[in-house]
Amino acid sequence: MKSDRIKFLVFALVVLLIPLPLSGGYLTNVLIFVGINSVLALGLNLLLGYAGQISLGQAAFFGLGAYGSGVLTTAYGFNPWLAMIVVAACVALFAFAIGFPVLRLKGHYLAMATLGVGVIVNIALNETVDLTGGPSGLSGIPNLAIGSFTFDSDVKNYYLVWVFALGMILLSLNLVNSRFGRGLRAIHDSEVAARVMGVNARLMKVQVFTLSAFMSAIMGSLYCHVMTFISPNSFGFHFSVEILTMIVIGGLGSVYGSILGALLLTLLPEMLRTFQDYDIIVYGLLLITMTIYLPGGLVEGIPALFRCLLPARKVTEGSDA
Amino acid sequence: MELLNQVTQFVISGLATGSIYALIGLSFAIIFNSTGIINFAQGEFVMLGGVLTIFSLNVLQLPLLAAIIVAVAVTTVIGLVFERLAIRPLKNATPLSLIIITIGASILIRGLVMLLWGKDTQALPAFSGTDPISVAGATLLPQHLWIFGVTVLVIIGCRLFFNHTISGKAMRACSFNPRAANLVGISVGRMVLFSFVISAAVGSLAGVIIAPLTMTAYDVGVMLGLKGFCAAIMGGMGSGLGTVLGGLILGTLESLGAGLISSGYKDAIAFFILLLILFIRPQGLFKKGETERV
Repeated sequence: MKSDRIKFLVFALVVLLIPLPLSGGYLTNVLIFVGINSVLALGLNLLLGYAGQISLGQAAFFGLGAYGSGVLTTAYGFNPWLAMIVVAACVALFAFAIGFPVLRLKGHYLAMATLGVGVIVNIALNETVDLTGGPSGLSGIPNLAIGSFTFDSDVKNYYLVWVFALGMILLSLNLVNSRFGRGLRAIHDSEVAARVMGVNARLMKVQVFTLSAFMSAIMGSLYCHVMTFISPNSFGFHFSVEILTMIVIGGLGSVYGSILGALLLTLLPEMLRTFQDYDIIVYGLLLITMTIYLPGGLVEGIPALFRCLLPARKVTEGSDA
Repeated sequence: MELLNQVTQFVISGLATGSIYALIGLSFAIIFNSTGIINFAQGEFVMLGGVLTIFSLNVLQLPLLAAIIVAVAVTTVIGLVFERLAIRPLKNATPLSLIIITIGASILIRGLVMLLWGKDTQALPAFSGTDPISVAGATLLPQHLWIFGVTVLVIIGCRLFFNHTISGKAMRACSFNPRAANLVGISVGRMVLFSFVISAAVGSLAGVIIAPLTMTAYDVGVMLGLKGFCAAIMGGMGSGLGTVLGGLILGTLESLGAGLISSGYKDAIAFFILLLILFIRPQGLFKKGETERV
């Protein structure tokens, strides 16, 4: 796995060097969201791409993370770092608890159940006005700080978010190549066969569900401290679908695919800004066409395209796996 | 007495919305039973029914009945095109890709409607006035009667179609065993197309008759679709009485919950029920045994 390590180091280096010529501003801000969305997509990809279990409520865990941190720091004066740990632990525990009944379901039923959880959380965020401020949102959330060093500029926040993101990407890379990751893929291919081979499928599905919720919650905490303002709209069904679109476009079952998908779908609305409302149509079209014509996503599509363009180079069988 | 009157009122309006959920649930079940697909774009067909009727009425200046026919017809064509363009090209479809495709279609339809007609919520005028009728201390709107009437007619129609026509029987055969159906000469592909067409028609009709009661807009489809799915699940994904009962129970509980507890949590109540049923009795409330699908 040496090439994997080199790949990750190159990726990390690029990520850490990007803001140097930018020195803050609009693009840096967008790239902060690329970092957050990458981890959200990665979390869902571990669940959906690797273990084959769909979730349409991923935005709920992100929202719980954001609101948990937001409420604890503004209303109860918690230290933001402590709040982040407490909230992430609580969200993970919540996911673990609901994971057992939810993940007993399969296919469409699982999709509907996770969607239900997502909608209920979103309604709760809207309705508990005393705590969350309701539909008008929660403002005045402090920036994160280490001692007297406050993460109050775009570039500082960029590094903050991406250091977390790189850590989780590295964790995921190791995870998918581990015994656990192979177990997940076995469940994806055939849950019955996986069980026969001694994989504790039920527990493993709940574990990866919990992990993805945990990752989303951490990103939610970071999001609320970076934005300093949150509202329930950002954590609805629409955003869950957006995360799903990211991994379908990038590539199911690929760590870098999630990042690629997050990058594209975060930049796309910015580029389409002149056509404001068209982005929703673009999402729909992308979801349909990618699923029909390129089920492997761009991480498979781009190399395939190169092979088409460079027919001279002979590809020996099996070398592209 | 005050409370009793209130409760009667909640039950009546609950039963009306419940009938709508039953209709939408039925449209889910029609597709599910011949293909095993849950169409996440089902709510969009409902939304199209309402929005297109308002469009034909206000912009094309058609009389109400013609407007309704146009709306249902256009939605049906959209259902047909959807099956042709999105479902059929998918070879070796896994449930996962079907979920993603139908979600993509629902976003696409919603987006197009938003672009064409904007984000405003609109209401359709009631079919026959708004003078309330007093029943057992509560009031009933004429539109409620329309809803009950149309629901009953559609359900009887579906029943006759599936049990007494060749096409209906062929579709049922496909749901039992597509391979065997194919062997006896039924074109499974055509039956799948059929089921999308009928389902779009039933769904849009539900959208039309509810539009005078609740406002309609490009984004109402999600919630209505999900409630309909909930009703279908309660009925065990059958296309008969179970779904109707499921819809009525859901509508009544939701209305009681909204009235007596809190209106903000209305939609949460429906999902809570959905989750409970999925966890405890995924085969539906009224079906025995047979949990194969889940």
